Amino acid sequence: MAEITYREALNAAMCQEMDRDDSVFLLGEEVAEYDGAYKVSRGMLARYGDRRVVDSPISELGFAGLCVGAAMAGLRPICEFMTFNFSILALDQVINSAAKMLYMTNGQIPIPIVFRGPTGAALQLSAQHSQACETYYVHAPGVKLATPATPADAKGLLAAAIRDDDPVAVMEGELLYNVRGEVPDEEYVIPLGVADLKRSGDDVSIITHGKMVHVALQAARTLAREEIEADVLDLRSLRPLDADAILRTVAKTNRVVYLEEGWPYAGVGAQIVSLIQDEAFDDLDSPVLRVTQADVPMPYAKNLEQLAKPGVKAVVEACRKALYTAGTPA
Amino acid sequence: MARANREMGAAVAGIEGPEAANGREPAAAAGLRGFSREELHGLLADMLLYRRFEEKAEEAYAIGRIGGFCHLHIGQEGLAAGAIGPLRGDDLVITAYREHTQAIAKGIAPRAVMAELYGRATGCSGGRGGSMHLFDTTVGFYGGHGIVGGQIPLGAGLAWAIRYRGGDQICICFMGDAAVNQGAFLESLNMSAVWRLPVIYVVENNGYGMGTAFARVSATEMEARSGAYGIPAHTVDGQDVLETYRFFEELAGRVRGGAGPQFVNAITYRFRGHSMSDPVSGTYRSREEVESQVEERDPVAILRERLMEAGLLTRGELEALDAEARAACEDAAEFADASPLPDPATLYDHVYAEINPHGRLFLDGRPGAPTGGRARVDGGGRHG
Ligand SMILES: Cc1ncc(C[n+]2csc(CCOP(=O)(O)OP(=O)(O)O)c2C)c(N)n1
Ligand SMILES: [Mg+2]
Repeated sequence: MAEITYREALNAAMCQEMDRDDSVFLLGEEVAEYDGAYKVSRGMLARYGDRRVVDSPISELGFAGLCVGAAMAGLRPICEFMTFNFSILALDQVINSAAKMLYMTNGQIPIPIVFRGPTGAALQLSAQHSQACETYYVHAPGVKLATPATPADAKGLLAAAIRDDDPVAVMEGELLYNVRGEVPDEEYVIPLGVADLKRSGDDVSIITHGKMVHVALQAARTLAREEIEADVLDLRSLRPLDADAILRTVAKTNRVVYLEEGWPYAGVGAQIVSLIQDEAFDDLDSPVLRVTQADVPMPYAKNLEQLAKPGVKAVVEACRKALYTAGTPA
Repeated sequence: MARANREMGAAVAGIEGPEAANGREPAAAAGLRGFSREELHGLLADMLLYRRFEEKAEEAYAIGRIGGFCHLHIGQEGLAAGAIGPLRGDDLVITAYREHTQAIAKGIAPRAVMAELYGRATGCSGGRGGSMHLFDTTVGFYGGHGIVGGQIPLGAGLAWAIRYRGGDQICICFMGDAAVNQGAFLESLNMSAVWRLPVIYVVENNGYGMGTAFARVSATEMEARSGAYGIPAHTVDGQDVLETYRFFEELAGRVRGGAGPQFVNAITYRFRGHSMSDPVSGTYRSREEVESQVEERDPVAILRERLMEAGLLTRGELEALDAEARAACEDAAEFADASPLPDPATLYDHVYAEINPHGRLFLDGRPGAPTGGRARVDGGGRHG
């Protein structure tokens, strides 16, 4: 175990997989000579050469499609989007090609590809650069989605994504890259579809994913001062979705808040709420609440941005609400 | 930049270069190109304003007044003064995110631009847009776009609307060199040619997209990019604002007259890092390269020296013009600083142009979110 950054952990996962499989390569904007726009691929060009670490032009639709094509031919591309905002340009190839290829070809052509990069908002990057893109990806059957929140999860989940035979999006966070944590030095893979209880408490469940795990933990610390103990369940992968872990925490606390960075409409939380009311209705003591970004494009001004983003305060309030409404019918 | 450097000597090497700017005039006269002394001083004043504005923005960023991404135009100001300068007030401009000076050139007040960078209610986008999203339709400035290449089809669309209404305006659509590798560029060029749209696509060719030299990820030269669609390609030295101005003056006239879409490769150079957090030089370009560009190819210095050599500008006049530019930027910053933040109650404004009387538009369940019907019934213009 060494304490490294989230950024270094992603780098370690890519190197781990590229060392064991020559069919894995990294392609994207600025990934080679510039060491990555966020320095995630630092040193990889020197280590693997320009056959396997490749700078692309700014042609998201084209290079995502090229990677899907390479995967059709049996390679295992890691396609980096500088941020997932720009992958919206490439969604045609993700949804119309990658997601459907195996099915359309009656199982002949698997697409073992990874799409990765940061998703969501950083600070004051405004409307076009601050979008949580999970929903676009998780919506389409055929695509898997992992959202590591810690350095260890970053290494383990990215490794699993690269080994997976299907298209897997790995959504990181610009504000996570410098987060430090213990990460196993040895070969490390975390299977997709296994949630992780990041904190244990009996009173209320905060279920979340990705960067918001840290917001949830902070909210849990605040609640602890009021003697409210929260379970914080990090889903880690949104497809496959660890439904059992969700049902376990619901059964334990009977009160749930879903926290996500993106917009509410058809958001990830909507699916979780549906799952809970479907399969654990009788376990609930209060309606499942969601905390999301305000239903607006991200504004630039500092005060409006803060207002729009889901924050600790909103989570704490939602948890209190879930508790105070205990006993009232859902 | 090697390719760009080769072009430097040539005044204009357009495949179909405009008459007045084909480099045939004798050197001394060519420098002033028939501009009056007042016009020359006006251009210099513009260039100084743009330079000082960007320096002020840089300063404000350093002390946290400006946040997020902020891309400076320092080194490229000739393409604000020279390409936008000759346009009519009702012509349209659309561009990418390195657009502060272009916004000012098209007529947005420095105060409104600076206030937008500060994220204040008095900014030209009400503080919602920030550095990358400056807009003011009243002066024909259509932004301010952050997705590389995203503005190119929009530029075609603006030109489409001009043609549709039978107007005689034109549209200039700026982009960075890296944007020509987006599919949207190719698709837009084709449509513009098919429908003979009154649009000039201008590549601000500073040689790099972030840390990637154009040639490293591009199979053909910039000048070759429009030929496949039959769109005339021109090259202009964007560091020579007099040449650039005359060139665009002539080209704009021809497009206004029905010449159809044009493609301009404007050679320039970015003197700062890609954005505020990026290094000026590094693995992708050497410090020496940047220094020699700053030394020899500064568009403000080139104009200034030319005017002085021709005896059209005294040191005292220069100092007065510069003091004026600095004062305007100081004033813009003070204005921005004193301006209020956007009212939190406006968070949901302008997501939709119309709040329908039935149904919910906003689904976040937050107390501040307008619900269907209520905004109108309440008569609250805020949300209506
Ligand atoms: C579709 C898309 N991909 C990537 C980015 C990230 N990005 C912002 S600017 C830039 C470089 C663009 O270079 P160029 O077009 O030459 O313009 P310049 O910055 O040189 O003015 C990149 C890759 C983006 N904003 N949009
Ligand atoms: Mg460029």
